[in-house]
Amino acid sequence: MALFTFKGGIHPADGKELAKDQPIKEYLPKGECVYPVSQHIGAPAKPIVKKGDRVLAGQLIAEAGGFVSANIFSSVSGTVTKVEPRLTVAGAMVNSIVIDNDGLFETVEFSAKPYAEMTREEVIGAIKQAGIIGLGGAGFPTHVKLSPKDPDAIDNIIVNAAECEPYITADYRCMLECPEKMIDGLEIILDLFPKAKGIIGVEDNKPDAIKKLEGLVAGKDRISVAPLKTKYPQGAERSLIFATTGRSINSAMLPADAGCIVDNVATCMAISDAVKLGKPLYERVVTVSGDAVNAPGNFLVKSGTCVAELVDAAGGFKTQPEKIISGGPMMGMAMSSLNVPAQKAFSSLLTMTKDPVAASPVSACIRCGRCVSACPEFLMPTKLAQLADNHEIDRFEELNGAECVQCGSCSYVCPAKRPLAQSMATGRRQVLANRRARAAK
Amino acid sequence: MEQLFKVSSNPHVRDKVTTHSIMLDVILALVPATLVGFYCFGLPAVITTVLSIATCVIAEYAWQHFMGKTVTIGDFSALLTGLLLALNLPAGCSWYIPVLGGLFAIIVVKQVFGGLGQNFMNPALGARCFLLLSFTGKMTTFISPCTYDGVTMATPLGVLKEGGYEALTQAFTVKQMFIGTIPGTIGEVSAIALILGGAYLVWKKVISIRIPAAYIITFAVCILLFGGHGLDLNFLAMHLFGGGLMLGSIFMATDYVTSPITDNGKLVFGCCAGLLTAIFRLFGSGAEGVSYAIIISNLLVPLIEKYTMPTAFGMAKKGGK
Repeated sequence: MALFTFKGGIHPADGKELAKDQPIKEYLPKGECVYPVSQHIGAPAKPIVKKGDRVLAGQLIAEAGGFVSANIFSSVSGTVTKVEPRLTVAGAMVNSIVIDNDGLFETVEFSAKPYAEMTREEVIGAIKQAGIIGLGGAGFPTHVKLSPKDPDAIDNIIVNAAECEPYITADYRCMLECPEKMIDGLEIILDLFPKAKGIIGVEDNKPDAIKKLEGLVAGKDRISVAPLKTKYPQGAERSLIFATTGRSINSAMLPADAGCIVDNVATCMAISDAVKLGKPLYERVVTVSGDAVNAPGNFLVKSGTCVAELVDAAGGFKTQPEKIISGGPMMGMAMSSLNVPAQKAFSSLLTMTKDPVAASPVSACIRCGRCVSACPEFLMPTKLAQLADNHEIDRFEELNGAECVQCGSCSYVCPAKRPLAQSMATGRRQVLANRRARAAK
Repeated sequence: MEQLFKVSSNPHVRDKVTTHSIMLDVILALVPATLVGFYCFGLPAVITTVLSIATCVIAEYAWQHFMGKTVTIGDFSALLTGLLLALNLPAGCSWYIPVLGGLFAIIVVKQVFGGLGQNFMNPALGARCFLLLSFTGKMTTFISPCTYDGVTMATPLGVLKEGGYEALTQAFTVKQMFIGTIPGTIGEVSAIALILGGAYLVWKKVISIRIPAAYIITFAVCILLFGGHGLDLNFLAMHLFGGGLMLGSIFMATDYVTSPITDNGKLVFGCCAGLLTAIFRLFGSGAEGVSYAIIISNLLVPLIEKYTMPTAFGMAKKGGK
């Protein structure tokens, strides 16, 4: 089997055995649900409900605040109790709609126009209306992605099914349990771009998923399954595009500039729901895993559910964790508190009994070059980190420091345990701020 | 007050490889060569090695302690420097040779420039060159292998320099050089032991094969072209295995701190060292050339890195700034 891959990268322990064999279980939230108005890249959504309003599951509660923005829907039935700043996954206080869940889960009747009768604009409109954003983690509004400047130039629709982050198995379970829905979502996108072919990129550590998908796409000549070498960060957008099409893009380009649109598994499923059923995005599959929970598993979670409830869903804590992470261990965000809502792009809750970062004292760089070999963007992390630490931002920019995708491979491999990715992130933020300042002049 | 968890920037996992584990791997890889050296030269070799290691470790401890720095002898880098220095010394040299060498390596070459990771030349080789220039006689007097009688003997490359190729083929065979029963510094004599150690390091991904390969190939090509013996493979083998080339190319030139971190830079660096070694051996006044070739190449590292910096992904076609 020919494997598609990229140059660089690392092989962290994958930890997927904890949850990979656990079927998806629906989890219904018990307590209040919280919906931050900014769960996506772009303008915050505007709340359209107020304190005291009764809402149903699937009801629009905040509407997109611009073209690059997304609608937000309630996932439960109940009463709006507050609209106030709440702590979110990223650690910031964000204006949020708080709904007192009545536990009835009364749902809005969804309706959709027959797909065959829908125009291109109506399909994109349905996706926009459903509030769909990139569910791989970035949270970029999908309708924007599907409206490139030159639709005819798009020749590849890539489904990101690599799931290269350790521990996370949500996409894998979806591909085993409801692959038809994902393929349906892909076919909807393919109908929008008649010249494009569809590629489903799956890491070869999921042979059963690859086999299943290959069987399902056997009769479809526009779709192929690309088995990818299991290597982190295979699912990083630029690495995935290179692995499947051989095209390279940099930070100044969008995938569309290389004729590609990349959507992950959960996003494709949401597109199918939105277009075929008229069902907006208010629930998704989340992996709850790590060595600190009793029963790691995969759960269909309503957005807005308090993360602390997910710990209970996974059988509670077995040990007191030192660290809890939203997402995977490589690119996920460490959370100070469990009292935050699982928002749309929340793919995983990882619990770690020991925090390896705190247990690894930082020492001097020995110039081993491991970070250089691991960097999928072909940068020199140790040099860039030093420049960023010394505030030599112009030199950092000259050496393409802003190309860093924050995959964390450099910090992972560093034998001196230097927080290279963190220094690079700091440098990169300053470069972007400088560029904005220059552009404003 | 609600329970708060630790937060830090991503990633939240770390590889098992540490500076300490890398140093330990290199030390392990040097064990075969060290043992052959001990076997060939007996107690004097052991004494020289112990003195060298002890001096390096104590010097590092003392410097860091009295300068109010964190003591880092636990990372084993000073121990490794001491071992490498010893392997580059003749067995049974006066006691002050390894002691002065160790002090020079740790204090002058390493700590004065900022400690681990900051030195611009290989500490052990810097010290060896210092000793070669200062105590030329003692540094070029070698005892005969496996006789344990203290009789001194010229090294294969020494014989070659003084008496020519014919004298060399009468005195030694390639097989002896490969196994290690020849006079020389403690660690350089056994080519097979060094290659074994090198293979272990490549397998453990501690070193990349680029530097040794580029080094040895460049050197071999130069010897074949300019050695004056045409395609005589025996002559080539004697150059490859009869001196410090294996120890130098596998263990000294691959020192992380003083070699380039870029993949292409490693190749350039290896070629550079190979070329210089050939020039020194063929045209220089001394029999050896590996140490000087490597420390001169060390000095070129910043320049090599500057011109071998990889092009960032996706930046090749469009200069996307």
